[in-house]
Amino acid sequence: MSAPAIALNRFGLGARSDEPIPQDPQRWLLSQFERHEALPPAWQPAARTPALVGAWLRQQRAVRLAPEGQRSGIREAYLREGREAYVTAVGARVASALQSPTPFVERLVHFWSNHFAVSVDKLLIVGLAGGFEADAIRPNVMGRFEDLLLAAVSHPAMLLYLDQAQSIGPRSLVGMRAADRQQRPRGLNENLAREILELHTLGVRSGYTQDDVTEFARALTGWTLPSDEAVGAVTTTSRFVAAIHEPGARTVLGRTYPSAGEQQARAILHDLAVSPATARHLAHKLARHFVADDPPPALVQRLAETFERSGGDLPSVYRQLVAAPEVWAASAVKFKSPFDWAVSGLRALGRVELPHSQAVNLMNQLGQPVWRPGSPAGYADIGSAWAAPDALLRRVEVAQRLAAQAGSAVDARELGPRVLPGALGAQTASALARAESAGTALALLLVSPEFLRR
Amino acid sequence: MALDRRTFVRAAALMAASPVRFAHAATPRRFVFIIQRGAADGLNTVVPYAEPAYARVRGALAVDPGHGLKLDGSFALHPSLATVHGLYGAGQASFFHAVASPYRDRSHFDAQNVLETGGRAPHLVKDGWLNRLLGLLPGGGRTAVALTQAVPLALRGAIDVTTYAPSALPQADQDLLLRVEQLYATDSQLHALWSAALDAQGMAGNARGGERRQDPASLGRAAAGFLAREDGPRIAMIETNGWDTHSGQQARLAGQLKALDSLIAGLQSGLGAVWAQTAVLVATEFGRTVAANGTGGTDHGTGAAAMLLGGAVRGGRVIADWPGLNPADLHEGRDLKPTLGLESLVPWVCAETFRLDPERVAGVLFPGSGYRKPLTELLQG
Repeated sequence: MSAPAIALNRFGLGARSDEPIPQDPQRWLLSQFERHEALPPAWQPAARTPALVGAWLRQQRAVRLAPEGQRSGIREAYLREGREAYVTAVGARVASALQSPTPFVERLVHFWSNHFAVSVDKLLIVGLAGGFEADAIRPNVMGRFEDLLLAAVSHPAMLLYLDQAQSIGPRSLVGMRAADRQQRPRGLNENLAREILELHTLGVRSGYTQDDVTEFARALTGWTLPSDEAVGAVTTTSRFVAAIHEPGARTVLGRTYPSAGEQQARAILHDLAVSPATARHLAHKLARHFVADDPPPALVQRLAETFERSGGDLPSVYRQLVAAPEVWAASAVKFKSPFDWAVSGLRALGRVELPHSQAVNLMNQLGQPVWRPGSPAGYADIGSAWAAPDALLRRVEVAQRLAAQAGSAVDARELGPRVLPGALGAQTASALARAESAGTALALLLVSPEFLRR
Repeated sequence: MALDRRTFVRAAALMAASPVRFAHAATPRRFVFIIQRGAADGLNTVVPYAEPAYARVRGALAVDPGHGLKLDGSFALHPSLATVHGLYGAGQASFFHAVASPYRDRSHFDAQNVLETGGRAPHLVKDGWLNRLLGLLPGGGRTAVALTQAVPLALRGAIDVTTYAPSALPQADQDLLLRVEQLYATDSQLHALWSAALDAQGMAGNARGGERRQDPASLGRAAAGFLAREDGPRIAMIETNGWDTHSGQQARLAGQLKALDSLIAGLQSGLGAVWAQTAVLVATEFGRTVAANGTGGTDHGTGAAAMLLGGAVRGGRVIADWPGLNPADLHEGRDLKPTLGLESLVPWVCAETFRLDPERVAGVLFPGSGYRKPLTELLQG
């Protein structure tokens, strides 16, 4: 691949046919850091977190006050609204990716959103997933990792997804009272604590133990959603409740954190965010995302050092990535994920949006439903997870449909060299030239080896 | 009436330089691996209802012994598993309890890596044991299908396999399919994937007139469509997700098990007479905590339950060296203590299914994991 093709594809979301080819690829990438908008106009139709949390709280309150027989109806109505909010937000995410003049930053949004994955497999967060990306991820991808971490793990979508919202310290005021009355036991849930250590920060097999998980889970008790008794507009989207917080000092990874209410978990999160293990874990994931399934160890090392030296300043790490000679190696070795492949195809065809429900269906059919990975680990980021027989056939089917929608106005023989400057092979060029129709040629371009990889 | 896709596939197969796959299968036996991703709760699936500690530690989450489907004097099935219970009655289902892979930590992702690669530890082995099993099968038919778009790790490896998932998309026209074939001719990765995709489509179309629905029973019938063919694959893998019940477990597990039960029913009905030659292994990466947690669910644990189903199974048994549920009996004071390794169970089942030497199979599938000789015959001879 040429340097412009690498900037457009390896770092970006594919070229738009109506935009000039970047003449200075590195500067084009770095300038996006200043140019990007945290919430571009494409996101306008999507509801924001305060409104979404308001709807959740109203539902909670209504269910609590309603007679038993009416509760399931209230829940169903809420899920219907949540589903509508999800569809709108997926449409916004796709439109934002299609229109973005700062596609490198857009890729980083998708990367971090998948790193801190929530999944609407858990139906009750279906409405909140879009708000999570809009309000926890998007504003924080150009700042310090610690702020991104805090925003992500304290967002109501994450608190509900990983069961933190209901976790109660057994020796907290509420926990003791429940025990006294011999009520149904309510207590600790260690799900969020474990995934923060394993997935969000240090990484698995980095030396923490089950005791560290449990202690961290105790420190996190009290982190939950706002009260459903509050009336009027929601101003905060999460809160700390002292009455369910496990009292006492906690020891995590050999360090003791004195009792300090909400600050106790914050202090642990701070130490996790700047830990060398976190630096290595994130460096490896970033390099794997942008460079190769098995990224060059020297590059990972440099990214980790930059992360540590800068105290987790993300733009410093990104700059190191753009400057790395390994990234500018010519051969395309990463197989695009379904989302990235579809977005790059639509960008090449000059599309600026899809009807919202069509955006949802497209990603479902390609095997990567938006915000619905099978687990909190998010979608896999290696080729073997995506390059498979049936998955490839789906892309051909989708390509034919997209090409048909584009009509005969687009000439693949001209489009190919524009979206893959200096990267289109002779075999593909000749296949495009020999195709029996404009539509077939376009479909072939979208499923060509050069277009499937980056 | 235009040529349909399978006609095209036949034509393409004749033109293709690579040898036709699924050419001749030497074994009549079929093996299906169903993975339960997310750590399925063995204690509420195969319920130790006679164990006094069970109701105490599970509290409100305990399956009511009055509702459980009784297996023997010690164990009962979750009430959602009606089809599976029927198989047990017919001598076509065995259950294994207190089962675990060699992995002893509590990460889903590392544990699934061990369960699928057969490594002693996560990420030691790059390919999957199910792919390596293919290499041990006699003669032709050395291929497998995954009922997914992508290849699950257990099936990744040196031998090409195919994938098939019911699709709602309109099919691509034949001219495009042919041109794609030419476009990938010199790209070894894409060429192999493409050939396998067309084979699978041809087979799925032939077998069922194109099963396109995506519910569990339809997925079971789709898998059966491949396996029932004389010239089809002998091994299939099916993924199930959503077993990670940290909260609201009662309703969620009931739904999950109902879906699994429907999947099995679809598989059995689709296989027809071939069911008699089939063994289905259902396993998860680890179990869940013995005690209920504070949020109406259970957390990551160790020992789990596994199922062996099918007409080829010498069933009607619960096989468990039961470790007990009292505090002193538990692994690290919280989990069901494993007394049977998947590194032994999987090779036994595979060796008996395909009439291979168990030690050789164990050495290939779970190398260096401390395989133990089987205690009993699991399948019909």
